Amino acid sequence: MAIRSFLILFILFFFSSLNPILSLYEDQVGLVDWHQQYLGKVKQAVFHTHKTGRKRVVVSTEENVVASLDLRQGEIFWRHVLGSNDVIDGIDIALGKYVITLSSGGSILRAWNLPDGQMVWESSLRGPKHSKSLFLVRTNLKIEKDNIVIIFSNGRLNAVSCMDGEVLWEKDFEGESLKVQQVIQPPGSNLIYVVGFASSSLFEMYQINALNGELLKHESAAFSGGFLGEVSPVFSETVVALDSTGLILLTISFQNGKISFHQMPISNLVKDSFGPAKIIPSSVTGIFAIKMNAVTIVIRVKDESKLEVVEKTNHETSISDALSISEGQQAFALVQHASHEIHLRVKLAHNWDDNLLKESVKMDQHRGLVHKVYINNYIRTDKSYGFRALIVMEDHSLLLLQQGEIVWSREDGLASIIDVTTSELPVERDGVSVAKVEHNLFEWLKGHMLKLKGTLMLASPQDIAAIQSMRLKNSEKSKMTRDHNGFRKLLIVLTRAGKLFALHTGDGHIVWSHLLQSLQKSKVCQHPIGLNLYKWQVPHHHAMDENPSVLVIGKCGPSSDAPGALSFVDTYTGKELSSLSLVHSVAQVIPLPYTDSTEQCLHLLIDADKHAHLYPKTPEAISIFEREFSNIYWYSVEDDNGIIKGHALRGKCTGEVADEVCFETRELWSIVFPSESEKIIAAVTRKLNEVVHTQAKVIADQEVMYKYISRNLLFVATVALKGSVEIGSVTPEESWLVAYLIDTVTGRILHQVTHHGSQGPVHAVFSENWVVYHYFNLKAHRYEMSVIEIYDQSRADNKDVWKLVLGKHNLTSPISLYSRPDVITKSQSYFFTHSVKAIAVTSTTKGITSKQLLIGTIGDQVLALDKRFLDPRRTVNPTQAEKEEGIIPLIDSLPIIPQSYVTHALRVEGLRGIITVPAKLESTTLVFAHGVDLFFTQLAPSRTYDSLTDDFNYALLLITIVALLAAIFVTWTLSERKELQENWR
Amino acid sequence: MEKGKGIMGSGRRWAVDFSDNSTAPSSRDIPDPPGFARASVDQDDSTVSRQKKDAESNWKTQKAWEVAQAPFKNLLMMGFMMWMAGNTVHLFSIGITFSALWQPISALQGVGKVFEPYKDNKVDLLGPKLLFIALNLGGLALGVWKLNTLGLLPTHASDWVSSLPPAQEVEYSGGGIPL
Repeated sequence: MAIRSFLILFILFFFSSLNPILSLYEDQVGLVDWHQQYLGKVKQAVFHTHKTGRKRVVVSTEENVVASLDLRQGEIFWRHVLGSNDVIDGIDIALGKYVITLSSGGSILRAWNLPDGQMVWESSLRGPKHSKSLFLVRTNLKIEKDNIVIIFSNGRLNAVSCMDGEVLWEKDFEGESLKVQQVIQPPGSNLIYVVGFASSSLFEMYQINALNGELLKHESAAFSGGFLGEVSPVFSETVVALDSTGLILLTISFQNGKISFHQMPISNLVKDSFGPAKIIPSSVTGIFAIKMNAVTIVIRVKDESKLEVVEKTNHETSISDALSISEGQQAFALVQHASHEIHLRVKLAHNWDDNLLKESVKMDQHRGLVHKVYINNYIRTDKSYGFRALIVMEDHSLLLLQQGEIVWSREDGLASIIDVTTSELPVERDGVSVAKVEHNLFEWLKGHMLKLKGTLMLASPQDIAAIQSMRLKNSEKSKMTRDHNGFRKLLIVLTRAGKLFALHTGDGHIVWSHLLQSLQKSKVCQHPIGLNLYKWQVPHHHAMDENPSVLVIGKCGPSSDAPGALSFVDTYTGKELSSLSLVHSVAQVIPLPYTDSTEQCLHLLIDADKHAHLYPKTPEAISIFEREFSNIYWYSVEDDNGIIKGHALRGKCTGEVADEVCFETRELWSIVFPSESEKIIAAVTRKLNEVVHTQAKVIADQEVMYKYISRNLLFVATVALKGSVEIGSVTPEESWLVAYLIDTVTGRILHQVTHHGSQGPVHAVFSENWVVYHYFNLKAHRYEMSVIEIYDQSRADNKDVWKLVLGKHNLTSPISLYSRPDVITKSQSYFFTHSVKAIAVTSTTKGITSKQLLIGTIGDQVLALDKRFLDPRRTVNPTQAEKEEGIIPLIDSLPIIPQSYVTHALRVEGLRGIITVPAKLESTTLVFAHGVDLFFTQLAPSRTYDSLTDDFNYALLLITIVALLAAIFVTWTLSERKELQENWR
Repeated sequence: MEKGKGIMGSGRRWAVDFSDNSTAPSSRDIPDPPGFARASVDQDDSTVSRQKKDAESNWKTQKAWEVAQAPFKNLLMMGFMMWMAGNTVHLFSIGITFSALWQPISALQGVGKVFEPYKDNKVDLLGPKLLFIALNLGGLALGVWKLNTLGLLPTHASDWVSSLPPAQEVEYSGGGIPL
């Protein structure tokens, strides 16, 4: 004991004398960390393949990224992430050198320089009312060498100069119920047609002079059947629409200002038609497509009004936009899916029967269906047209097809991660080794010679570069087996597309990926949404032969009572072991701390009717559950009506939902926040798998404080209703923030603190016995971070050393939360410069290592901040004993040390979450940050005190040992000789 | 300590006992030569040897007391060193404290050996031994006291609870904001 306390003191002393700055050396970048850049699901792509310059494609994505990609390799030339409240509506290339983006509901127009992505100009567009945004760049619309961009947004038509973003003219469409559907600009003319519907049965057409915005004509015509959905332009003066029933196709032509309707029931075109149809918008002249259930029908329009079905198929079909390849000729691509292959056809718009190109490409099934296709042409050596197609798949990946092959592919689904969990790798056994061993003896020798040279500082700059690349490409770190330190793991990530990926922590490569059956669109589940990932089976001790598996929870549709869907996936192979469509909904998932004999974790799923369903549905699980039945509680935070409710289990379900694993629940307690003054904005608990080393905290002068450590504590932050809006719109008097610590078993409020003049958003993290939260202080006009530490006062009397020595205390005996707690809290607030996107805390296997907060800053970086800075016991002048304990003198703001950025020079664009996983080595924790980009690294908050660092000087150690041995030998012989002489004297 | 060793080492490496006080011829291996009367010889030397013996035992007693008092100087020296080392834990103070603990312990282990040279029938070694032990115990106490002032003794409650795991909770609750 004495030795340990001595060691602890020694370590404390050691670290208080060193300022722990966690910076990296330049050559350490990329050794343990990796960074991957993604884009998200592409929603629009524009090619730029002029003869001069590099061939590129500009894309905009659902993650609001605009990027320029190299067409040869798919690498990113440049990229801008516009942020979640700046949704991109459209992109195009103007003047051959600018990328024009329209974003934020059609209110911001920006131009970016095509080669390097610098912003050239930005202009903001306002309008009288909210409307659909339409975007049109035409190269043939010219005013004195300048191209103009036509934008319809917010009920106003704008013409903007491409050169400087100046608005040339604008025209409002203020008709009461006018909904503009299309802006058409016939090629070769200076006219613009704006077509739309008004009051559901009126078709309106405006003809406008593109050069000055003058209204030339305005016609409207009523159609009694009404309209449904979108219109598709087929000719420059003809559009196709559906009537309100979705059963009749309308061809609307407005040639010479006269509007005429032609009706054509779909049943006349297609014999066995069923159900209402939907128009798939396309810009191909004379051709449009409709979709009825799973059937896609391509229809050609002949002579203004005659419709003709050219193709009807059950396969999923995507049609590209038109590409004009030469004067008056338009090409477009059709992609169809057939089990393992996709068929790509390129046709001319006016000639359906012939294919310009027909290719079949083998496609991995785990990419799902083709969602979008974009084509581009090039001229082959024999002067014929060749085509390349950029396709967007169901799993959000992006592929370039050329000459029947996949030229490159990007896994852009990884830009939208919903949830992350980890899994161990297989244990290394004989014959399981997957890593490649250096097979060439010469290479091996050469490598070691280089390393030796490096350690003896004899290496030339070239050698150093070679050593560095060897270090980076170390095959050890990407091995597919478990390592001694627990650094190699699998990161299992669930993406928004419903695809599960396993990433290796060593270098970030994708080990396997699987498109989940349960999260794919089907007849029973129209809009599946992936929700969460849980560890389902964690083999341990006796169940070592089983593979670990994860549970994926999803539901069909956004409503709260939508039925749930479960998938169980083996994490070694990526195979879906089974998938279930549930009859009940999933409102809460409660992983229970019990496992059955095969190490399957028990999970309780609460449905919208507050019934609890136990999984796995085995008799063994039920018996385990029934043993703990009376001790299991659950709570729900209803943030929309400001109520927190606690529930207990009552008994088996009765009625029509009767089931062995279904249990009724009853409400125990509820906390109702006054709806007029408080609104719940954050609710945070401790991480389930967090390990706490000790319940005691030794403070200065050998005193002990007992931490109040409970798994059932909930931190809730509420703000005044007025304060729940944007920062800057309320005065400090109108806004306050209340933080609560609530016991979720009994509903007891253990602590409550009000921050006057403060407002959200609140980001919080709960660990051990403390919670740290970040909010905005309106009075000080700064962000603040507060810490609350909670201590158990009822244990403070355990001061008798003899009782403790003999173990006659009840500090470790199980406690019930119904016993009256006696807690005290300590809290303090500090200013913090940054606004925060995410906040997390490091976690280690045994919980001994000191903690660091990981703060995702607004600059998309991750900052590591020692918990010591957020100690509520900091004072302005700490005593000597307190200094020894490691208490830092109090200052009003938290320091931001540039070296403590975990992400060093990189940015994790669109940062959404930070996950920490303990490694087996106590000092080290693994950090995974995800957003549009992914970043992974290892952190040692108190340095690697339990292992030698990479830069440890082995050569010096070796030389010292050798020198010592030599010295021992020499002195020994000398002393022998001297003794002999002495004896002869 | 150093001094004691010196006496033992350089002063008396070996000794031959010339005096023979046995009177019974049976105890001797060789019979006395003819014409040799033992009694007369003994009579002649007895006074001289007794004086000699007395002087030696006196000298031994004196030396034993000297050896017994030797740790006292050590004690003073240690005290000074400890005062110099201060009350913070670092390499110097740790080294001093541990040597202050180790020296008395090793000295106590070797009490018999230290007083071996002065062992004599006529010399009473109990007094010096007790003093020697007492002084060394004093040194040990000083070392322990130093250890305590450095905070390295588990005399506080904090030393016994610092690694107690958190208590288990009977109840378990889960939940949160509905998905």
